[in-house]
Amino acid sequence: MSDPLLTLVLILAKLGVIFGVILTLAAYLVLAERKLLARMQLRYGPNRVGLFGLMQPLADLIKLLTKEDFLPARADKWLFLLAPGISAVTALLTFAVIPFGPPLELFGKTVPLVVIDLNVGVLYFLAFSSLAVYGIALGGWASNSKYALLGSIRGLSQLISYELSMGLAIVPVVMMARSFSLTEIVMAQEKIPYILLNPVAFMIFLISILAESKRIPFDLPEAENELVAGFHTEYSGMRFGLFFVGEYINLIILGSMVTVLFLGGWHGPWLPGVIWFSVKVLAICGFFIWVRGSMPRLRYDQLMHFGWKVLLPISLLNVLVTGAILLGMG
Amino acid sequence: MHIWRDLRGTVQPFWITLRNMLRKPVTVQYPEQKQQLSPRYRARLILSRDPDGNERCVACHLCSAACPVDCISMQAVEAEDGRRYAAWFRINFTRCIFCGLCTEACPTLAIQVTGDFELAGRDPLKLVYEKEDLLVDHCGHNSEYNFYRQAGIGVAAPRGTNSTESEPVDVKDLLP
Amino acid sequence: MTATLLFYILGAITVVATLLAIIQRNPVHAVIYLVNSFFALALIFYLLGAPMIAAWEVIIYAGAIMVLFLFIIMMLEISPSSDPVRSAPGWAQWVPIFILAIALASCTLLLTGLDPVIAEGLPRWHASPRDFGYALFKEYALAIEIVSFQLLFAAVGAFYVGRLEQKKSQREGSS
Repeated sequence: MSDPLLTLVLILAKLGVIFGVILTLAAYLVLAERKLLARMQLRYGPNRVGLFGLMQPLADLIKLLTKEDFLPARADKWLFLLAPGISAVTALLTFAVIPFGPPLELFGKTVPLVVIDLNVGVLYFLAFSSLAVYGIALGGWASNSKYALLGSIRGLSQLISYELSMGLAIVPVVMMARSFSLTEIVMAQEKIPYILLNPVAFMIFLISILAESKRIPFDLPEAENELVAGFHTEYSGMRFGLFFVGEYINLIILGSMVTVLFLGGWHGPWLPGVIWFSVKVLAICGFFIWVRGSMPRLRYDQLMHFGWKVLLPISLLNVLVTGAILLGMG
Repeated sequence: MHIWRDLRGTVQPFWITLRNMLRKPVTVQYPEQKQQLSPRYRARLILSRDPDGNERCVACHLCSAACPVDCISMQAVEAEDGRRYAAWFRINFTRCIFCGLCTEACPTLAIQVTGDFELAGRDPLKLVYEKEDLLVDHCGHNSEYNFYRQAGIGVAAPRGTNSTESEPVDVKDLLP
Repeated sequence: MTATLLFYILGAITVVATLLAIIQRNPVHAVIYLVNSFFALALIFYLLGAPMIAAWEVIIYAGAIMVLFLFIIMMLEISPSSDPVRSAPGWAQWVPIFILAIALASCTLLLTGLDPVIAEGLPRWHASPRDFGYALFKEYALAIEIVSFQLLFAAVGAFYVGRLEQKKSQREGSS
């Protein structure tokens, strides 16, 4: 029996299922965001297409697919066409290491509910979130437009400065769990989630991923009232759609990372693990939407100041303090 | 204390949005649920009739002169009794901006605004309204005014017989 | 057998991508090829049983250093294509990146699927993160400390030089 082949098929099957679920979830997250934002502003939001507007994502998809695929004059076609793909694919690939449920017994074999259980899962996540920058940077640069270039330069500097504090906020978690594997980090939180043990790291991580997902208090790369639409100003049709969907996939990924690292992953009473996991991820996504409805945008110097002079020292201090406490406890 | 103020400023918006989420939206669901318009709402134009049932328009071209987008056009004709009227009267509603300047210019109160704002359509040519489409069977806002009863021209009644008029002066007579 | 084959494919990708990076006229395209090469290099590390180093390769080289390169290049005001005729490249220009990307993707799939270490679900790495840490902070602790102090000096020095410039420009601005 070709055991490696079976594993390959299993991995492909898991990838396919996750692909479908994540894309659908991202599409409906857009709808949920529009609905929730509308309610916060005393509006109804989309409610025309289908029951309660539930077919709206489909209508949006049809609209995006039938729109003209516009290519600006003297743009770098090569990179212009490639950039949205980079942005969406890096976001999708990150999900490969996220464990979304306890290991399953299937045909007498234990199947871990994660595509690849890497023992450096945390680093894999960091690697792909740092690669996601290229989509923004190249897309903005290749458009040959001032607004897009400014947006992508902003995106570059914002993402690399907040990635630092994001990585440093993960370090205490890795120290407490004594592992880089996301599955083992979840296992270590069986009794008590790390949000209670290390709330400072949780807050730093939450703020950093808000900046990482380019959402409202930190949405300077696409600040509508300064830069038209930032790095995707020149994009239209499904290429814009790829950027857009990539953003929401990223949101789901980051929500899952918060769940895995701080909220105890699939652990929870009564309900099955997968459901607990989804509930926690959706709660984090809901919180992000709530933040978007409530906060104004930071100024650019405030953003840099906050990242380098506030968040980074606090996260370094947090690493030191956590290390000292862990050493003291033995 | 700045820090207290800043903290409050960070938390308060979350509370406000949360409270808003539980309130009823103020949206009017348009096609099913229509808004009460003001009686002076300016939308589609009509050509009204005087109390006697004759059309009011005297084809003076003042409305088309006043129109900032030049969407009103007409052809003036004079009847045998000296009464002027429009042979054809055309308003292009694809260009009309509903400013109401034509109604202010009109000396006979013929052209008037109504509250009918549902003028959307797929064929722009269907929005070019002819006289038959514009002419209505009522007086519009004013149910008494009849231009020819004030104007001193013997069309509705012989000259000098209307209530606001005096007898016409006989220019060939020397008496004061 | 598979591992050896994969190693040679990945090695070829690394070399070809690096060569393409050198001969590209457009600096941004060169950056892309270089990132590609780093990615293939990371996969080689993974193949050799050092996932930790593979991840750091991507995070630090592809994710941080190349991003800084890109940042500087974008600041240099090189417009995407100064010649409008050449702005629409033919399919021939797409070939290298496509071949590289497809080769990389298929290697990743093969690596995750066929590597017996993963297939059995038992992580038996040649260099697990724990071993890596022990080696770094026990065996080579002195070297690490010296290097990190050097980096600290460099950072302080850069900060000092930057402050000096700032002060000079301030003085000139005020006088």
